[in-house]
Amino acid sequence: MTTLTSPLPADVPAARVDARRPAGRARRHWRGAGERPSPVATAVLLLGALYCLLPVVWVVVASTKSGAELFASFTFAPSTHLADNVADLSAYRDGLFWRWMVNTALYAGVGAILSTLVSAMAGYGLAKYTFAGKNAVFNVLLAGVLVPAVVLAIPQYLLLAELDLTNTYWSVLLPSIISPYGIYLARIYAAAAVPDEVVEAARTDGASETRTFFQVAVPMLVPGLVTVFLFQFVAIWNNFMLPYIMLGDDKLFPITVGLSGLLNQGASQPAMYTLVITGALLSILPLVALFFVLQRFWQVDLAAGAVKS
Amino acid sequence: MRLTTGTRIAALAAATALLASACSGGGDDAGSDDGGSAAGPVELTFWTWTPNMEKVVDLWNSEHPDITVTVNKQDGGDPAITKLLTAIKAGSGAPDIMQAEYQKIPQLVSSDALADLAGSLGDDVAGQFTDGVWDAVTLGSDAVYAVPQDSGPMQFYYRADIFEKLGIDVPTTWDEYADAARKVHEADPKAYLGTFSANDAGWFSGITQQAGASWYGIDGDAWSVDIDSEATTKVAEYWGGLVEEGVIDNKPMYTPEWNAGLNDGTQVGWLSAIWAPGVLAGNAADTAGKWEMAPMPQWDADAPATGAWGGSATAVTSQSEHPEQAAEFITWLNTDPEAVQALVDETGIYPADVPASTEALTDPPEFFSNQPDFYEVAAQTAQTVQPFTYGPNINVAYSAYNDEFAKATKAKTADAFVDAVDAMQQITLDDLKNQGFNVSE
Repeated sequence: MTTLTSPLPADVPAARVDARRPAGRARRHWRGAGERPSPVATAVLLLGALYCLLPVVWVVVASTKSGAELFASFTFAPSTHLADNVADLSAYRDGLFWRWMVNTALYAGVGAILSTLVSAMAGYGLAKYTFAGKNAVFNVLLAGVLVPAVVLAIPQYLLLAELDLTNTYWSVLLPSIISPYGIYLARIYAAAAVPDEVVEAARTDGASETRTFFQVAVPMLVPGLVTVFLFQFVAIWNNFMLPYIMLGDDKLFPITVGLSGLLNQGASQPAMYTLVITGALLSILPLVALFFVLQRFWQVDLAAGAVKS
Repeated sequence: MRLTTGTRIAALAAATALLASACSGGGDDAGSDDGGSAAGPVELTFWTWTPNMEKVVDLWNSEHPDITVTVNKQDGGDPAITKLLTAIKAGSGAPDIMQAEYQKIPQLVSSDALADLAGSLGDDVAGQFTDGVWDAVTLGSDAVYAVPQDSGPMQFYYRADIFEKLGIDVPTTWDEYADAARKVHEADPKAYLGTFSANDAGWFSGITQQAGASWYGIDGDAWSVDIDSEATTKVAEYWGGLVEEGVIDNKPMYTPEWNAGLNDGTQVGWLSAIWAPGVLAGNAADTAGKWEMAPMPQWDADAPATGAWGGSATAVTSQSEHPEQAAEFITWLNTDPEAVQALVDETGIYPADVPASTEALTDPPEFFSNQPDFYEVAAQTAQTVQPFTYGPNINVAYSAYNDEFAKATKAKTADAFVDAVDAMQQITLDDLKNQGFNVSE
């Protein structure tokens, strides 16, 4: 599973800390001009990088091997069958793999957009309004952050079964929309990035609450919301348990569940390792692309944190 | 800042609208469960993990426009059953038709997951199958819970080229098997005649079945657990001894490491079942023509016996609204000569239907084209499958096997193997009682 580590320190703490410290650029300069990084730390980091990258290299190399070579040839010796493997994978049950890709994009894309919207609204609401039970709601949310989504999959299945919604796109989309962590992030970010004065100014000018939110608050929240979006997108993209339990029709499967099915064919069938490895490689490409595209928003975010005082 | 009443109402309305649209939208997308009973064809869903099953089902659909079957391919075996049981408990979401391995049928029946087909099947269906297989779908009662699809009689698969090179004769008894294992390992310390897999409880129950074990018993309306029988203990002691000696590997099957062993010739033999050619072809395609199949080594050479590993039946679930039509389909699928031929050609299974399979299985599997009498030998072994009773918590017995034998194969002593069998017995028996079954001891 891919985990996000970089974006978190970028948004909120930076915004707070920077108020008391020199601006980001100056700090970076200070660090660069100081003593050279210690060789031990560099070695440890290099080892860490190797540890993270080696499995990726393995996937890339293994996806170029034919089924026979996979277990027979040297682990890191690449071969020439990548195109064959992709063709085999595309031919599997009339291109079902690509349908899984589209499904995953749908679950992750739509789910993350809706989840970001809900998180932004809820986070903004919790940060900028006073209402009875606000702290209770926020505490429940905090508790929700601590509960792993896996634990909720079965209760969610039973609830959706009551509504006859299992084995539909909705059964995976609906539970993905609420993300306690997303709401938590959005609240913290809204509290830090949207000054009360701006909201009040908008009201004084006669903007409705809805308009204040969408036209005044949301633009200020964008860097934080990109983070929430990415978090949710990756979480849904990698989610296995929820769609695994919810879905019976393999035309609705996301990549994760579909590929696991190719491995778990029962004792009397060979596992389709080559197809699964090639499929795994293809399935991370969109994530890699997304990270490259959205990287610049984090840079924007850093700058925003630096200027604010 | 306080919320105005207007804002609250707006928020509430928005939330309601979202939920309402979600529900109605779901209705449009669902579409699979509500096979219209009044007009139009009956629509049935079929959960199976057999590859290419949809091609066989297409045959049915083209000939039966009034009953349309849709295949939903599932993960093999256990996960599909777990999912089915969850859907049964939830009250919706189960398919009409379900592939079920024989060992899972008691568990499914005790969870009320399967419909009784006794009234829906033709009288001639039972006669198509061997008694042992038919007992597995009736559990010895008057009810019929499924129609058998394929069976998995066990045989011994070995690398004929390596046997020849080392001058080893094909073992016919377990003593000879042990000697052969020693020779193989002496000739090449990295090579093993086989491995004792702590991951494959179905494999272990198969080899104990050959020795005469039956892990459960039915006494009237009570279940009994008989895992620690003399036969099972004998088998565990034998394999524990070989692992202790170091001449049999202790690594699980179906791992990349095991696949590598099949490819490079360090796994020289495999005690497997009739579907082994498909697995070998998939995992070690380059070794085609080097393997041969023989009956299992025997405990008593005068009374040839074997066990079964795998094999499944097709059942109708208790949530199906069209059990009659579903029964019609599964009868066709598993007994119609055209369908059985398609099962053999497309899915590569070994059909349970005796007359139809004799008809359909003539040429050896492609991977075993060097052994023209492949299916003759197979048919002989199929007749020697020993009776075996599975119980309603076989899943617990199997997971106890995985846990206990994982420890035993690590410990590598014959004593640890015997202890593992005792622990399995205790865990399974306790669970059966805790679940509230009537248990006799």
